[in-house]
Amino acid sequence: MTASILPLSAARGLRSAPFTARFGMAVIALYVAVALCAPLIAPYGETEIVDAEFMPWSAEYLLGTDNLGRDMLSRIIYGARNTVGIAVATTVLAFLAGAALGILAALRGGWVDQLLSRLVDVLMAIPSLIFKLLLLTIFGTSVLSVVLIIALVDSTRVFRLARAVSMNIVVMDYIEAARLRGDGTWRLITREILPNAAAPLAAEFGLRFCFVFLAISALSFLGLGIQPPTADWGSMVRDNASLISFGDITPLIPATAIALLTIGVNFVVDWMLHRASGLKD
Amino acid sequence: MKTLWLMILGRLGLGLATLLAISVIIFSAIEMLPGDLAQEILGQSATPETVAAFRSELGLDRPALERYLDWAGGIATGDFGTSMASRRPISELIAARISNTLFLALYAAAISVPLALVLGLLAALYRNSVFDRLANVTALSSVSLPEFFLGYILIFVLAQSGLFPAVADVTAEMPLGDRLYAAFLPALTLTLVVTAHMMRMTRAAIINLLASPYIEMARLKGVPRGRVILCHALPNALAPIINVVAVNMAYLVTGVVVVEVVFVYPGLGQLLVDSVAKRDVSVVQAASLIFAAAYVLLNLAADVLATVSNPRLVHAR
Repeated sequence: MTASILPLSAARGLRSAPFTARFGMAVIALYVAVALCAPLIAPYGETEIVDAEFMPWSAEYLLGTDNLGRDMLSRIIYGARNTVGIAVATTVLAFLAGAALGILAALRGGWVDQLLSRLVDVLMAIPSLIFKLLLLTIFGTSVLSVVLIIALVDSTRVFRLARAVSMNIVVMDYIEAARLRGDGTWRLITREILPNAAAPLAAEFGLRFCFVFLAISALSFLGLGIQPPTADWGSMVRDNASLISFGDITPLIPATAIALLTIGVNFVVDWMLHRASGLKD
Repeated sequence: MKTLWLMILGRLGLGLATLLAISVIIFSAIEMLPGDLAQEILGQSATPETVAAFRSELGLDRPALERYLDWAGGIATGDFGTSMASRRPISELIAARISNTLFLALYAAAISVPLALVLGLLAALYRNSVFDRLANVTALSSVSLPEFFLGYILIFVLAQSGLFPAVADVTAEMPLGDRLYAAFLPALTLTLVVTAHMMRMTRAAIINLLASPYIEMARLKGVPRGRVILCHALPNALAPIINVVAVNMAYLVTGVVVVEVVFVYPGLGQLLVDSVAKRDVSVVQAASLIFAAAYVLLNLAADVLATVSNPRLVHAR
C-alpha cells in the first residue's frame, strides 16, 4: 500500500499514470525548470524599468509592460521563483511543525495530546483567511511575517491529519514491541511511524502546498502578502487589473500561472491518493 | 426526543464556549507582539510622548483583563469601540456593510446550493458517464482556481460586453432587482468557487450508499434507478450533504473577502482588507470577530441539522 508512492516503484507507476496525472507532473517539472533558470530565460531584469507604462504586446516586450514600465514576461518568469519558492518554504515549515507535534501528540497521549488538540481546536475555529489577516495587522506585512503566519495557521490542519494517521499506527503491535525493546521517542517516530504514515502525509503535503500557494497569492492580491518590488503573481494581477476593463488579457496570465500549478499538483495528488487507497475503479 | 434537545443544548453551549475562546484569541493578538503596538504603528521616529499618548488612548496602559472585559462587554451591547484611523465609532462603519455582505453570501448560497445538489444527484445517477467525468475534472480544477482569477475571467467575459457591471456598487436604497443585477458577477464568482465541492460530496455520499443491502433490495424489487436515488439513498445521505453544504457556506463567509475586493463591493470584507493595510487594529478585531462568529454559527448549524436528519448520531458515543 505505502510502497506505491515510494521511489522504487515510481517508474512502474508512472507508466500506468492517467493523462491528468502526467499533465500535472509535466506542469510541475516546467515550473521547477523556469524557477531554477529564471535569470537565464528572462529577457529583462526582475525590477528593471524598460519602457513606458502599459505598453502593448510587441516583439520587444512579448507580453507588454506593467504599470511601472517593467517587462511583464520577465516578471512572470521571476514570479515562478518568488511565489512558488516562498510557498514551498511555507509549506515545509507548516509541515515540520504540524507533523512533528501531531505525531508526538498521538505517541504520548495524555495531557500532551489534550493540550495540543484543544489548542488546535480553538485555532481552527477561526476561519483561516480571517486569522491570517488579523495576525498580519499585528505583525505587519513583510515576507517573513507572511511566511510565518501562514505556516502557523496551516500547521494546525497538518497537525489534525498527522495525529489522526498516527493514532491508527501507535496502537499496532510493532509499536508496542519497539517500545518494549526500549526505543526512544525520536527513533519511534522516524523508524516506525513515519514510514507507515508516508502515503497520507505525502498527499497532504501536495494539497497543503496548493492551499498555502493560493493563500499567499490571495494575500498578495489583496496587497498584504509579498511586497513590491519583488515580482509575484498575486500582486501582478492586482497592479495591472485595470487593463482587464480595456479588454487586455495580460493580467490574467499570472493568474493562469497560479491556477495551472495548483491544478497540476491536485491532479498528481488525486492520482497518488487513488493508488494508495487501492481503488481501481 | 428529549436526548435530541439535550444534545442541541450541549452543542449550543460548546458553540458559545468556542466563541468566547475566539474572542480571547482575537483580543489577545495584540499582546502577542514582542514590543508594543503603539510603538510598532507609530514607527521608530515617534517621540516617547506621542507613544505614551497613543498608548493611553488605546488603553494599553490598563491591565489586559480589564480591557478585555470592557471590549467584550461593549460588543455584547453592540458597541465595537472606535476606529483608530478614522476616529469614528466602528458600529457605524460596519452596520451597512454587514447587510451588504450578508446579501451577497445569501445570494450566492441561493444559486449554488440547489445547483450543486441537482448536479450531484445527476452525477450519481449517471456515474462514470461523460457527464460525470467532466463534472469530476471541473470540480478538481475549480477548487484549484484563485477566487480573483474566476472573478476577473467573469469580468473579462461578461462585463466587457456590457452585459453586467464590473463594479458591483450597491446601496441600501436600491430596489431588490437592481441590487441582484449589480451583485450578479460577485455572486456568480462565489457560486463557481463552492458549487464543485458540494456537488462532488453529494455524489460521493450517494454512491457510498448504493452498495448497501437495502438499496440492492429496492433495485431487485424493480424500483427505477432515479427513484432509488431520490427516495432511498438521498434521505440517508442527507447528514453528510448538510455537513458539506454548511462547510461551504462557512467558506463563503471568508471567500467573500477576496471577491468583494475584485468587484469593489462595499462589504465587510473590503473594510477588513483596508483596515489591515492601515493597521487599524480595532476595526480588524471587530470584523474578524463577526466573520468568526458567522463561521462558528454555520458549523454549529451543520452539526445540529445533521443530527436531526440522522437520529443515529444522537447516540454516538
